Amino acid sequence: MSDPVSALNGKTYSGSATVTENGLCGMIVLRGTFTDTVFQQAVRDIVGCDVPDIRKLVRSEIGSAAWMSPDELLLLVDYSQTEAKLSALRLALAGTHFMAENVSDARACFTVTGAAGREVLAKIAPVDLSPVVFKSGDFRRTRFAQIAAAFWLDEADTFHIICFRSVAEYMFNLLKTSAHPNAGVGVY
Amino acid sequence: MLILECPYCGVKAEESELSAGGEAHLTRFGPGSSDDEFHDYLFVRENPKGVHFERWRHANGCGKWFHAARCTMTLEVFGTYSAQTTEPPQEIKDVITAKRPGWSWRNVSDETNTEGQRT
Ligand SMILES: [Zn+2]
Repeated sequence: MSDPVSALNGKTYSGSATVTENGLCGMIVLRGTFTDTVFQQAVRDIVGCDVPDIRKLVRSEIGSAAWMSPDELLLLVDYSQTEAKLSALRLALAGTHFMAENVSDARACFTVTGAAGREVLAKIAPVDLSPVVFKSGDFRRTRFAQIAAAFWLDEADTFHIICFRSVAEYMFNLLKTSAHPNAGVGVY
Repeated sequence: MLILECPYCGVKAEESELSAGGEAHLTRFGPGSSDDEFHDYLFVRENPKGVHFERWRHANGCGKWFHAARCTMTLEVFGTYSAQTTEPPQEIKDVITAKRPGWSWRNVSDETNTEGQRT
């Protein structure tokens, strides 16, 4: 089999913030009933954490779970383990009303690091990124200029962004433009 | 700029995160209906100056459909509510009645004012 390669193969840019395409990331989209104890246990077994609260992302050593909608989670796991985890998940949820799919190769992941990170995102998304409003562990689906995106902030003040793989180039160029060293605004 | 709070994810979404879905609470007339019913279902819409009920979708967000009650003249938003209903909930009607006494829209109206009601 050929080696899997991420959309931009780790492309990076350093401006007012550092923009990096993350490489391969395991992603499982999971729909089901959050209040169902079978569902909750399945999530715990696969990613090691509870079902996240509304618009939150929770993490453990073995994975993360992000709140996508009232009946949809995005589970983040190690890329090489995605298919195994998906099979385990389907087995655990068999007989309940659910949907689980491997979307790893249909998405692209980016990180934005550096003090200007908030500003880089705030310029291109209709989201209040003030430090008192958007905090570590917060997760948000929105648009970045003309494309759909989801992002969260981790404990190290790094923004993680996910978009469709087909628009990865657009996302990279957009973040790059927003992080241009001469394009600072200085609001945050 | 129109800002609607999505009742599913709680985001105060600006218009560019949403997509408009037209008039709310339509009754579908399909197979077995009369030509007139089908025609009205397809083509006849309210065009009010004032209180209006619409469907919206949080397209660049949680992806859910929801309902919104707003004023087409001032763009004031009275509230948003679940898509799983065939009529505006009482609390939304109460908010509108407090702000637009005597209002009416299709067969819903200010219940404290029977004179303003259309038949
Ligand atoms: Zn929403």
